[in-house]
Amino acid sequence: MIKQTKAPPTQKKRNNFSWAEYGQAPESISHVKIKPRYELFIGGKWVSPDAGKYFDSIHPANGRVLAKVAEAGEKDVDMAVLAAKEAFKTWSQIPGSERARLLYAIARVILERSRELAVIETLDNGKPIRETRDIDIPLAARHFFYYAGWADKLDEAFPGMETSPVGVVAQIIPWNFPLLMAAWKIAPALAAGNTVVLKPAETTSLSVLHLAEIIQEVGVPDGVVNIVTGFGKTGAALVSHAGVNKIAFTGSTEVGKLIRKMTAGSGKKLSLELGGKSPTIVFEDAPLYEAVEGIVDGIFFNQGQVCCAGSRLLLQETIAPKFIRLLKERMRKIRVGDPLDKNIDMGAINSKNQLETIERYVRLGEKEGAVKYQAPFACPKDGFFFLPTLFTEVETSHTIAREEIFGPVLAAMTFRTKEEAIDLANNTFYGLAASVWTKDVAKMIEVARAVKAGTIWGNGANKFDAAAEFGGFKESGFGREGGPQGLWEYVHAEDKGTVPISNSSLLELGTVTNSIWKTPKMLIGGKQVRSESGRYYKVLSHDGKLMADMPLGSRKDIRDAVEAALKAQPAWAKSTAYLRAQILYRTAEILQSRFSELVQMLAAQTGCDLSAAQREVELSLNRILYYAGWTDKYTGNVNPVTQTDFNITYPEPMGVVGLISPETPSLLALVSKIFPAIASGNAVIAVPSEKYPLAAQVLIEVLDASDMPAGAVNIVTGKAGELSPILAEHRAVSGLDFSGDRELAKKIEELSISNMKRIWVHNPADWESSQAQGRSWMRRYLEFKTVWMTALS
Amino acid sequence: MSTLKNNAPENFTKTRRNPVHRLDLDVLRRLQVDATGVYDRVSKITKTRNPKKERQETWLLHAVSMIDLTTLEGIDTPHRVRRLCQKALRPLVDCPEIQVAAVCVYGNFVSEAKRALEGSSVKVAAVSTAFPHGQVPLPLKIQETKALVASGADEIDMVVNRGAFLRGDYSRVYDEIAMIREACGEAHLKVILETGELGEIQNVWTASEIAMQAGADFIKTSTGKIGVSATLPVSLVMLNAIEDFYLRTGYRIGHKPAGGIRQAKESLHWLSLVKETVGDDWLTPDLFRFGASSLLDDIARQIHHLRTGQYESYDYIPKG
Repeated sequence: MIKQTKAPPTQKKRNNFSWAEYGQAPESISHVKIKPRYELFIGGKWVSPDAGKYFDSIHPANGRVLAKVAEAGEKDVDMAVLAAKEAFKTWSQIPGSERARLLYAIARVILERSRELAVIETLDNGKPIRETRDIDIPLAARHFFYYAGWADKLDEAFPGMETSPVGVVAQIIPWNFPLLMAAWKIAPALAAGNTVVLKPAETTSLSVLHLAEIIQEVGVPDGVVNIVTGFGKTGAALVSHAGVNKIAFTGSTEVGKLIRKMTAGSGKKLSLELGGKSPTIVFEDAPLYEAVEGIVDGIFFNQGQVCCAGSRLLLQETIAPKFIRLLKERMRKIRVGDPLDKNIDMGAINSKNQLETIERYVRLGEKEGAVKYQAPFACPKDGFFFLPTLFTEVETSHTIAREEIFGPVLAAMTFRTKEEAIDLANNTFYGLAASVWTKDVAKMIEVARAVKAGTIWGNGANKFDAAAEFGGFKESGFGREGGPQGLWEYVHAEDKGTVPISNSSLLELGTVTNSIWKTPKMLIGGKQVRSESGRYYKVLSHDGKLMADMPLGSRKDIRDAVEAALKAQPAWAKSTAYLRAQILYRTAEILQSRFSELVQMLAAQTGCDLSAAQREVELSLNRILYYAGWTDKYTGNVNPVTQTDFNITYPEPMGVVGLISPETPSLLALVSKIFPAIASGNAVIAVPSEKYPLAAQVLIEVLDASDMPAGAVNIVTGKAGELSPILAEHRAVSGLDFSGDRELAKKIEELSISNMKRIWVHNPADWESSQAQGRSWMRRYLEFKTVWMTALS
Repeated sequence: MSTLKNNAPENFTKTRRNPVHRLDLDVLRRLQVDATGVYDRVSKITKTRNPKKERQETWLLHAVSMIDLTTLEGIDTPHRVRRLCQKALRPLVDCPEIQVAAVCVYGNFVSEAKRALEGSSVKVAAVSTAFPHGQVPLPLKIQETKALVASGADEIDMVVNRGAFLRGDYSRVYDEIAMIREACGEAHLKVILETGELGEIQNVWTASEIAMQAGADFIKTSTGKIGVSATLPVSLVMLNAIEDFYLRTGYRIGHKPAGGIRQAKESLHWLSLVKETVGDDWLTPDLFRFGASSLLDDIARQIHHLRTGQYESYDYIPKG
């Protein structure tokens, strides 16, 4: 809680100087031609919408109509997708170097026309000209330059993998950075050889349509990029179109969830960049003046309408009063007004609708007991303006501390210790970004690693570059934009090469006879346990003999397993990669000692011949060794960003991951899923083959005998149909890897919106091949984090 | 046409003079600066705080009133100093009401400058303490300062002992400044940090804080005698230091960027920087100065352009 500090006796008195005013510095708009009416851009032609409907696009700073824009209906969307599909045939086949040249040309022309585009963007969006001029437009060009450079070297983007384009990509972008978001989406998609149907937000269509002109003029073939303007309905038609192979969406978490649900079971590739409630943590040893400026950049940039806006301020209590005072002083110097004025910091809110949302939250903030501060100056009356706003005395339970407002509203709280700061920072269902301020490098790195967010700015805020990945953890969505990972979203990538099998003929198979009756158990929290429910099911051999009574896992077993995994995961992730490798190697060693037993058991269960069973066990052992070797090798990049910052993107474990195994191959598939996931520091809850669970039983005993920490691997036996929906709904589970039937897959994809968990549905045809072993399996259970650190003194 | 309204005298009387404070090393340890943030902030200000047309003219006229018109050359002559003083009294031919804040000269020329400026409010500032290097024993620095004050200097521009500062001997740096301050008597003291020799930007704040604790009336960036002189990032750090000091103690310390400021546009950037940090209260010759020589003529050209729409040549501007 931050107490309001009274102005101290030395508080500067406002003097009555009048000479030192900036006056107006209006940007010239005479060079800009906005058409009275904009059509749809389909197949390289400007076409009228089938239903003949148009809507107004207005200038938010004065409400005046700028132009009429076509509203695309289902038929128009259909035409656009067909055009993209047709264009894909050639576009995906031409040499990458040709695509590179075209992307380069787009970048060049954007820069040549940057003043014109900046004005159009400011008129349509309401954001200040200084931002469109210095950030939106140059950064849009930068993305085209960057991905032009990948177009001719796609094979080198992901070593060891073979890539191919995905096909027709539907892209839906928001209104906060219209041209920039279009560039973020179109550039990597085109570089990788995809074709695009893009829908801009209904309030900001114009700059994207001008981009379409540029794309056409530089000679990108017809149909490679199609623009369908319109409202949510248009977007829905696009998302659900059967001809679309991938959807890339940036916008609210609410709509992201709708899209996830609509596309469940469709097999469409999905990347979602959603909302945020990003924290700014200011420690007492922070560079305070720069931190104040970081707040301004973090929450007041683009009127706070930024998905990664630093909307929660966490202040160490020792500096809180001083900091709040400096911040208020700084807020008085923010200039709000005509966005076309070059001396203006904050322009208009994009729409009346959004302005009302912001006003509603601010009223709620006051009602819930937080204390509001706004600089004492008047907001322009025409248009949709809102003053920069600071709330102090905010509690974590307040709505303004939890929900994304998407406006210039900052909620400030205090903390005492570093641990509390991390706790508060992570106390959100979002995970898009965080800003950390301290001059203590060790503390900076520790906090950067502990905060669950896709981007961490060390002593900075809201920095972006095409070479640095951007994207969310948790409900902030999945997929990355920028950098090589941004390209990953637009390719099908397969692990190359063959999986070697060592010769096991040297191993002699003994026979197991008259063994003592075994009681199978599940593995939860490092203990071998029965099902909480006491239920069991019979496991039969291929010839119908009873082999064991298997525990039938229930809701509560999943609950316990997730609890155990949550407890174990942080320490497991923090242990060294070397140690994790040792434990994996040791597990393989112990498993090997059960070789004959496993082979015979697999053969008895499935009826396969001994050599096939032997091969499966052999491959499983190899697979464990394979991932043990990856633990200390799979890592990230140092990004050559345009800023002077030191910038890295590296993978972090996702957290707790659910793994649903197919019926066969019962051992190999289970091993294929568990070991890459734990090699990279996750804790897992695995559901083995329902019909053939005895190999899992051996693995349970082996894991129990190994040095695997309790809770890192949990195995719950039972019915996939019952257990996977429970995992899919569980909000503490970050990812779910599913192999099994399509109906169930659809269901868990729908249920996954409970926390926007990452879902992989896959049924490799050949579990022995590189389809089921490779680098991509390491990647699957990792989340990429980009860390910016200032690097000058 | 814009005119210059000078609020300085009124403001001046409101300002209590900064005394010598006790050296507080704890404060020094708490001050943190991040260079990248400093550069970003400067870049933002220079791109988004640009007065145009009439506003610009007004700003430029005020900038002229804040100049310490400087000549610090081995080849300076009494005549040259007299010429400079005449220019100080009438820096813009078309604006007789405007004067610069001070002339800044070597100690040899204090009396000459004093005579030339007699009866005007233009101050005489003299560089002291073995400017620009400061590499002489302290008693000589004190002696020099006293002599300059005795010969009529209104303001003393001293240099910080960089050797002591860089080897971490902060109390030595502090002691020297405090003693020179004492030697100044009524004359105002500007402490030159020579930021181009201080290394990391963090040191700029540390040195600023020491100087202010030791009783500086102004903190000044540079001697103008080395490769790197006044820069906006360095000034930003010094202005933040000034604000921080003001918020803690209630004393307003002045700031003087010096060396390398040659263009009218740069002077506008500096005024914006002051306005955006310490604020309008500092936009007075009592608290802000430009140490410059050729800046004045570029401002004259710029004002001519603003008033007539024609570009001006140096041939039409009297030499200082």
